[in-house]
Amino acid sequence: MSEMLPEPLAGWFAGQGWTPHRHQLDLLENAQRPSTLLIAPTGGGKTLAGFLPTLVDLAQAPHKGMHTLYVSPLKALAADIRRNLQRPVEEMGLDIRIEDRTGDTSQSARQRQRADPPHILLTTPESLALLLSYEDAPRIFAGLKRVVVDEIHALAEGKRGDQLMLGLSRLQALRPDLHRVGLSATVENPVALSHYLAPRECHILNADPGPEPQITLLETEIPPPWSGAGGRYAAGHVMEEIRKADTTLVFINTRAQAELFFQALWSENTDGLPIAIHHGSLARDARNKVETAMVAGDLRAIVCTGSLDLGIDWGNVDLVIQIGAPKNVKRLVQRIGRAGHRYDTPSRAILVPANRFEVLECRAALEAVFAGDLDSSPRTHGPLDVLCQHVLLMACSAPLDADALFAEVRSAGPYADLERSDFDLVLEFCATGGYALRAYDRWQRLVQRDGKWQLRDPRAARGLRMNIGTIIDIETLKVKIKGRGGGGASLGEVEESFAATLIPGDTFLIGGQTVRYEGLREMSVEVTRTPGKEPKIAVFSGIRMATSVELSHRLVALMQDRAGWKNLPDHTRSWLSLQDHISSLPPEGGLLSESFLRGDRAYWCLYSFAGRNANQTLGLLLTKRMEEMGTGPMGFVANDYALLIWGIEPIRDPLPLLSAQNLRDGLQTWLNENAVMKRTFRASAIIAGLIEKNMPGKRKTGRQATFSSDILYDTLLKYDPDHLMMRITREEANRGLVDFERIEEMLSRAAGRIIHVNAPHVTPFAAPVMLEVGRVPIKGMAEEQLLEEETTRLLSESGLADISVLAQR
Amino acid sequence: MSGFDFTFCGVALEARASGVLYWPEAQLLAVSDLHLGKSERMARRGGQLLPPYETLETLNRLAVEIADLNPRTVICLGDSFDDLAAERALEQDSRDRLTALMGGRRWIWIEGNHDAGPVQIGGTHLAEVERGPLTFRHIADPAAGVGEVSGHYHPKHRINLRGRIISRPCFLAGNAKLILPAFGTYTGGLPTSSDVLVDVIGRDGLAILTGRTARAMPLN
Repeated sequence: MSEMLPEPLAGWFAGQGWTPHRHQLDLLENAQRPSTLLIAPTGGGKTLAGFLPTLVDLAQAPHKGMHTLYVSPLKALAADIRRNLQRPVEEMGLDIRIEDRTGDTSQSARQRQRADPPHILLTTPESLALLLSYEDAPRIFAGLKRVVVDEIHALAEGKRGDQLMLGLSRLQALRPDLHRVGLSATVENPVALSHYLAPRECHILNADPGPEPQITLLETEIPPPWSGAGGRYAAGHVMEEIRKADTTLVFINTRAQAELFFQALWSENTDGLPIAIHHGSLARDARNKVETAMVAGDLRAIVCTGSLDLGIDWGNVDLVIQIGAPKNVKRLVQRIGRAGHRYDTPSRAILVPANRFEVLECRAALEAVFAGDLDSSPRTHGPLDVLCQHVLLMACSAPLDADALFAEVRSAGPYADLERSDFDLVLEFCATGGYALRAYDRWQRLVQRDGKWQLRDPRAARGLRMNIGTIIDIETLKVKIKGRGGGGASLGEVEESFAATLIPGDTFLIGGQTVRYEGLREMSVEVTRTPGKEPKIAVFSGIRMATSVELSHRLVALMQDRAGWKNLPDHTRSWLSLQDHISSLPPEGGLLSESFLRGDRAYWCLYSFAGRNANQTLGLLLTKRMEEMGTGPMGFVANDYALLIWGIEPIRDPLPLLSAQNLRDGLQTWLNENAVMKRTFRASAIIAGLIEKNMPGKRKTGRQATFSSDILYDTLLKYDPDHLMMRITREEANRGLVDFERIEEMLSRAAGRIIHVNAPHVTPFAAPVMLEVGRVPIKGMAEEQLLEEETTRLLSESGLADISVLAQR
Repeated sequence: MSGFDFTFCGVALEARASGVLYWPEAQLLAVSDLHLGKSERMARRGGQLLPPYETLETLNRLAVEIADLNPRTVICLGDSFDDLAAERALEQDSRDRLTALMGGRRWIWIEGNHDAGPVQIGGTHLAEVERGPLTFRHIADPAAGVGEVSGHYHPKHRINLRGRIISRPCFLAGNAKLILPAFGTYTGGLPTSSDVLVDVIGRDGLAILTGRTARAMPLN
């Protein structure tokens, strides 16, 4: 086949003893199409495929300026691809300049790249947005012929992808003949993804998916615990599998769980095998060390989170172990694909359920993988906060014509259906703030001159450029080993809210070691090592992903399919039978509701299988309504499968409570006051350029320099509730953490099919839910109450020396 | 609003839950760091276009207190305007509201670092003012004796209630000095643990948190 490759590439491939894959040649053949989406499993040489047309082109004729732009979601990937590309280019003796440009690139290198762009530039969506905001953007991209978007399936799941697609729309306007290539792992809907990349016309190439993976469910003699998500019970078995394999990736869903599982694994590691931990909160150095050791083949296993979902190909991984239910089939498939990177060998994977419900979820996930039934990620229209940022950045590069920019934006996949009225609102927001009270006519950010919008004050461009990006970090503090004279080694980062709960002497886990909290020093958490001690406080918190809609449906179907129970472990089978005997199994397409008494409390359990976030929201809305009705709810707990509410009065008829209209009415009032909304508002307000990110090193050291974005939210809610930012916030929250869409979906599906059981006692399904952590007490005035208790205690403890307290009114 | 009554340098005072200080005997209300016109100033200088409602909101909250207490004297402890241009740029509506509040009482503007210079809106303009044993000025003066009431620092107290962190603007009361919280809507805060505040107040002061109810707690 390699005769289809021109020299010197054919010779180089032969020299390596390589034969190009079919899809690599296909992509070359289709090089002149305006857009192509290549879908190939990991290890299929996707990235090289993406660059073949470029290498062929540059080998045939010299080129002036930038020829190809490569965009990846990871800085590390850009650097890695540069190294991997450099070698063949040098060995073929081609005169091609390849450089990467990310947030880590030095100032001087960046300036040089702007003045004299390399043939191939490897970058990230944020760095591209920055380049496009410069006045000399047309010159920087003057020769550009091709753009390659790597890992587009991952980018398409979030705002970084939306920003990138807007960036491509500008590039296409600068270079109308630009060819786009998207590289993706296996996805459920290639057509939708192709529309995302190029809504007008996109050719789809499907690579041979390779042999079917070998996936098994780990079965242990001792059944998994009733609740929990850590999978520690299986550490011994997992260690056994690691011993048998060459190199293993152990995926686990959260950083906290990764830390705890790594510790459990380590205590089983009697042979002292080289195993390591890797997650996004660890210091860059620590992560680099692990990655380098992995590339060198020095490690037998890495316990990791989503931080290794993407990225560098490690050909030597032969086993993937997923601890805990994968929550999402697509992500599971992509993770499994990281084992057996040799294209022709099947990937081997083991699923380890962490509790009883997860046995069902893992089984359902496994069947979904074999059926090729991947979950959809419903991407609605592109978010307007990202568009606000784009409009402001475009105004930095050159005065803009509203009609032309609107047409350009609509050529980006996520914004193909954008309404002109929404675009005008965005432009208005960028120009005047878009407030009902028109206060800034004199101080507009964008002004219209000769029919074109431009920055009133060109110096504002600097601030806007500093604010580029759509990833809004939770504020974190560095964790450092306390050293003589300060400046100890950095171990990683913890969320500021976690750090605030620590008192000196507390011990916690980070990077697989137990450390002791000593104190705060110049915005970092100082710790000392305390070897071997059990951590007192588990670990920093994190948001857990909810089980996908498709996987939840499969799980319910699995329970109803008695013939299929034979594939389940004995303990799970008898658990299901007992539930059926004492209460009921969830009806097909319907909803099971149970009431029972225990002690002096009445419990009400709803098996919605709507995912953690939706169940949490449902819990808040229902208890609020119950409070209004006077049934005295005292608290609730939610997991991916069910919601359990307890209180004084038993619920005999759940139907009136479950009216979608009633819940919807309650939602708006509740949402307005909710912390989730304020958090969502902050992120969107930063992206849209209403407020600025806190730059590192410029943190709140000065007094009244910054005030909480919550105040802005409260002010808008009171004086301008229909403002664009409030609308964006509501939309974001509804589809994000609040997940109300899923509650609606569940209720409309279950309408008329709600079974209510008054059970004699705790049911087999309810028992694990009762053991869930994360109970939410119903508060009302709880904060004030806690505060009063605390102040009273403190005041009575201390003498309050010279200030005499008369009375507290 | 439930306030906190305390005695400072022999004077019975009330720290109101809203963040204003009231001296019943003198019928005197003190309020600090209103920062009126902050959003206008930021738009003028920085390019950020914050919701332009904070002046209205600040005045509305102040109006509630004035209606409730009907003080004979109001002392604004400085940084009442985010800068002098912001005072001149005040919307007519806000200007009218402010004038209405000032009517029928003595109104003293203390000079702050943001609004040094005469304000045009009426009232008395002073660098500092003495009333009985108390001296009112914008920034605490290390050389001053006992009985000083000031603002400027926007003190904010942060406490951990069984893992739930709350942080609220607060009064800081020491033996000799009293610092008021910032009353302006768009104002941030300086933690009471900062060295500069510890230096002014001393280690055994009292933080009186604002909120639904004013609540006092010792600083250490």
